[in-house]
Amino acid sequence: MKVYNKEILFGLYNDETDLMQAIKVAKKDHLDIWDVFTPFPVHGLDPLLGLEESRLHQAGFIYGITGTLTAFLFMTWAFVKDWPIIFGNKPYWAAPAFIPVTFELTVLFAAIGMTVTFYTICGMGPGVSNPILHDRITDDKFCMAFDVSGASMTEIDSYKSFLSKTGASEVSSKNI
Amino acid sequence: MIFNRLSIAKTVNSMSTIVSPIREPLILGSKTYHQITEDICRPTEAAPSKEWIIGFICAVAGLSVYFFCVLWTVWNGIGSWNLNRTIGWGWDITNFVWWVGIGHAGTLISAILLLFRQRWRTGVNRAAEAMTIFAVICAGQFPIIHMGRVWMAIFIFPYPNTRGPLWPNFNSPLFWDVFAISTYFTVSLLFWYTGLVPDFATVRDRATGWRRKLYDNLAFGWTGSAKHWQRWESLSLVLAGLSTPLVLSVHTIVSFDFATSVIPGWHTTIFPPYFVAGAVFSGFAMVLTLMLVVRKILKLEDYITISHIESMNKVILLTGSIVGVAYLTELFISWYSGYIYEQFAFYNRVFGVYWWSYFGMMLCNVISPQLFWSKKLRTDIWVTFFMSIFINIGMWFERFVIIATTLARDYLPSSWSYYSPTWVEIGLFIGSLGLFFTCFLIFTRLAPVVAMAEVKSILKLVGDQYVGKNTVAEHALHHDTVHVEAEKQQAH
Repeated sequence: MKVYNKEILFGLYNDETDLMQAIKVAKKDHLDIWDVFTPFPVHGLDPLLGLEESRLHQAGFIYGITGTLTAFLFMTWAFVKDWPIIFGNKPYWAAPAFIPVTFELTVLFAAIGMTVTFYTICGMGPGVSNPILHDRITDDKFCMAFDVSGASMTEIDSYKSFLSKTGASEVSSKNI
Repeated sequence: MIFNRLSIAKTVNSMSTIVSPIREPLILGSKTYHQITEDICRPTEAAPSKEWIIGFICAVAGLSVYFFCVLWTVWNGIGSWNLNRTIGWGWDITNFVWWVGIGHAGTLISAILLLFRQRWRTGVNRAAEAMTIFAVICAGQFPIIHMGRVWMAIFIFPYPNTRGPLWPNFNSPLFWDVFAISTYFTVSLLFWYTGLVPDFATVRDRATGWRRKLYDNLAFGWTGSAKHWQRWESLSLVLAGLSTPLVLSVHTIVSFDFATSVIPGWHTTIFPPYFVAGAVFSGFAMVLTLMLVVRKILKLEDYITISHIESMNKVILLTGSIVGVAYLTELFISWYSGYIYEQFAFYNRVFGVYWWSYFGMMLCNVISPQLFWSKKLRTDIWVTFFMSIFINIGMWFERFVIIATTLARDYLPSSWSYYSPTWVEIGLFIGSLGLFFTCFLIFTRLAPVVAMAEVKSILKLVGDQYVGKNTVAEHALHHDTVHVEAEKQQAH
């Protein structure tokens, strides 16, 4: 289990519209949101939170190109230099016949590369278990969390009143 | 608080007016998010039903037949099959192409329909992808068993070896197939599992004891953080974009196995599109066979509705018609070519020794799907169920027609031959069905069969309480009393 050594104060909302309204208020009040957790991808959340667009697809492009080059250059090397054989009176460098495998490896490299990157940058993977704030977050609750480690009682109270004012149905804290 | 509620009501109302009134809701029964979780997690949590246990016993019986026949083949050699020098490909390659074809619907539903923004896909994509993976597993077995010495299957991959190193033939479509099928399997698996991770997390957070540990491992540490969702969506979209040409390439390459040869009846340029359409056709039929049973046994009628079934039947009608046009085009072109060998190949296909398989194919694949022009028939569950089985029989015949009929009558009349399978070959086919259903039944117990997170994300767009006459404005009102209590307090 990953340990952050943080005290997290969080509120659970019943509906994504409540959560989005609350984020707008939090942004207006200049509150520093630690993270937001939802049971499904809520559209319009990223611009509200000011999240930058993911660059995962750019990584995917690089992996894909690597696959293209690996396949095409390898087949060229094997059939032109390493062991040239004539098949069906085709030239050694029968480029059109290399297209299917080149395409498949492009897709394969891009898919594996992106998936591995995704799990790595999200801190996820086989055997990984991350701290969970509340069991209903993956079910039907929308959670907004604040990092309150070392915060004073008045600060914590102001966060708490913010959460209940914006319609959180449950406010709680957890050390993770 | 009251202001807040009004604003929500406004948002949701404006959402529901976007939805065209002619579209039927895709999620029935006025669900809340929590009910969706309950309904879809239930099969993984409750004890297996009687139907499931009976099904599982049958599937495992089939699987044991499969193991026995594989062992028999490997022990005694390919001689235990009825293949001969003329007909070197029989039931094995027919089964291979049939299973690969079935494996096309999953990716089509999850990738192509995602790019086309078809919302009904969310009800069936999970199960269809699982079906894809199991079907490709079944498909992959046949060429390997056909090698006879199965332990030499690694020879098909290009790796530094002690034979020179001697590389495989990169110009051969059989080699392209190795890469196409293994890439397709890997990418489908990644796509499917990445989609499953958030749902495994939902099951994890409801579970206790050893199940909690099990799903904790399966969920890979998913938390539902906004940034993770953003990356997850980005990954899903790119994988869908990659899978779309991939799924088209796989059956194209399978068709190259035939099309690049010089055998009349195989050597045709129409094969790639015709094979792809046929693959989607048979894949959707298999999805329907499975989903009609699954929705009944797992009580998921609210998520896999008649409207879903109708959409799939429309795809079947379209691809079935494409396949029909392809059959007729082949016949026409063989006549129009003026080339006697081509003309003979097709005359033989229709009226030759295997005429019965040609007529079976025409009846099941071309004529029967045309019934789906009628809305009454394509929304009828029993008609759909029988049709889906009919189509899969027809698509099996199609591959048999292409493979066996063509080989039975080649250029040299002295080598003409006839082929019928031995019990081992029949056992392998029936056994592969056992393998497939065993995997699928385990999947229905272990994983949520409907993509929960995705269904929740479209609830307000297509759920029946938000669409049409019975629009109920606010989701939170359904299941939560917090708002009401807060109002009472304010009133006091």
